[in-house]
Amino acid sequence: MKRLLIAAFLVVAGISYPFEIVIDRGVDTLAPIAIVPFRIYENAIDITPIVNSDLSSSGQFRPIDEANMLSLPSSAEEVQYHDWRVLGTDYVVVGSVFVDGLGLLVAEFEVIDVNQEQVLQSGQVKGHVEDPRSLAHHVSDEVFRAMTGISGAFSTRVAYVLVENRTQVDERHTLMVADFDGERETPVLISDQPILSPAWSSDGKQLAYVSFEAGSSAIHILNLETGQSRLLANFEGINSAPAFSPDGSHIAMVLSRDGNPDIYTIEVASNVIRRITNHRAIDTEPVWELNGESLLFTSDRGGSPQVYRVNVDSLRVTRLTFEGTYNARPRVMPDNTHFIFVHRSGTGFHIAWRDIEGNRAARILSSNVLDESPSVAPNGVMMMYSTKSNRKGILSIVSVSGEVEYKLTSPAGDVIEPAWSPYLPLTTTFVER
Amino acid sequence: MSHLKNGAWIALLLVCGLLTACASQTGCGTPEEEPVVVDERPEAPEPAPVPEPEVEEIPDFMELPDGSVVAVDSDGSVIRSVFNFEFDESEIGSGDFRVLQQHADRLTRNRDQSVTIEGHCDERGTREYNLALGERRAMAVQDFLLANGVRPSQMSARSFGEERPVDTGSDEAAWAKNRRVELKYE
Repeated sequence: MKRLLIAAFLVVAGISYPFEIVIDRGVDTLAPIAIVPFRIYENAIDITPIVNSDLSSSGQFRPIDEANMLSLPSSAEEVQYHDWRVLGTDYVVVGSVFVDGLGLLVAEFEVIDVNQEQVLQSGQVKGHVEDPRSLAHHVSDEVFRAMTGISGAFSTRVAYVLVENRTQVDERHTLMVADFDGERETPVLISDQPILSPAWSSDGKQLAYVSFEAGSSAIHILNLETGQSRLLANFEGINSAPAFSPDGSHIAMVLSRDGNPDIYTIEVASNVIRRITNHRAIDTEPVWELNGESLLFTSDRGGSPQVYRVNVDSLRVTRLTFEGTYNARPRVMPDNTHFIFVHRSGTGFHIAWRDIEGNRAARILSSNVLDESPSVAPNGVMMMYSTKSNRKGILSIVSVSGEVEYKLTSPAGDVIEPAWSPYLPLTTTFVER
Repeated sequence: MSHLKNGAWIALLLVCGLLTACASQTGCGTPEEEPVVVDERPEAPEPAPVPEPEVEEIPDFMELPDGSVVAVDSDGSVIRSVFNFEFDESEIGSGDFRVLQQHADRLTRNRDQSVTIEGHCDERGTREYNLALGERRAMAVQDFLLANGVRPSQMSARSFGEERPVDTGSDEAAWAKNRRVELKYE
């Protein structure tokens, strides 16, 4: 990610506005855990607050306050189990941070199951001294995995668009990349025209997006390592909604060059374009299933926008949603059996979740009135979407279990179109002990 | 062109008036009155040229001080160039056909004049679907203009989806304003 940051700064030397984070929903029903303040040795930096914040945002756990802890062990040997049983904590995380002989920042930690009285995980994460935040996120990833069996996604990033002064003369659109929690926001592209639909390649090295620099929509691909953008599609009409295939070989997109919006794929290596849908209705918002064999997409061929699925070989189309008059913009969950999408109910537009085969009813995950652009973390535990609050465009992170909601707002303007990255190459290393 | 028509109509009225005047007067054929009629005839072409320059002063299109170009009615007023739509709809409102016809008339009379047809949506629903919906609205207007004689080479349609609202509010009034097609001349 360090390379990414450097490249990004080469592109635009912009000013970074940090997000403000607001915890919006209650956490009473979550499993209580204790992240005991790590012992901080000379020259090292405390990472405990970041680990705390990461695990809170997962929507699975409720870290208890330090003030309520009866003891402050920094290794499993020092843990008195009754101190944690009386507090009802299921897990205790202890550790220390120090600088090793090679000048690397090291976080040593242990995850303890209080009920089983056993150490679940014991390890070290090493990284650069100047980058304690990456170290902290990596520790959170490993702690989360130890407690849930699911990989943490705290080292991932999110792309989104910051819109400043919309409708004004000095209107500005900035494509940003930040940590999943909004920290380390980095501008990667600035335009006076709208930027939409950022989409990550599966290796995290490229971002496809739609811009209006040419006067109407066109699809570009930004190489995050070099900062170079290249034009992918600029046909007459709409060029929109790019989506990299899981193996990176193709990009699905929407073109209206043949008369009206349909789904197409382009093979990245050859630039060969293939038409996938052919219907006089609007077909848009394609997204790949994880096996790369089918796309989910939005179409109003049935009279209202609904989610459909098309097999890219047979081109057979089946309808997936039937409830209500507006179901759109599907995003496939990492389990490849569920998807999230925008659903209009009697009270507004919300993010909903359902299984692809359609056997169970949809579940509503968000509660505002103008929710859109859902994007799911690569571990499927959290998702992010954009909404409006007090006339301002903001992002919201919600656990797919629906328990916790964080709001990310920017004082600079509206934040829209979040796209959660896949797992990215790390600058830190984990060693199990 | 419409001014010429008006001019011709005025001339016709004058002729009619003379004929009616003649018909109503039994003494029309008196030699004394004939010189009077002859005197008026040379005058009659004169009022006709007077409206003609006026007609040419009101062209079909006019550049405003801010550089934008607007379609102009024969009385000099600007012809409305924004057309609104219902939510998730792209049907042209019944009250808009007459106004769009005026634009079509001017574009067919001025083949070197081109128009950009911009489709827009309100903020509700998804951005990419709205991009497509905005195009569908623009195409509905383009199809109407095409059917009324405007050449494809004069028109280009594009959609901005929900990205260019005229009102950034989140209420019915703002949404109604933002669901629109704008005709833009250069």
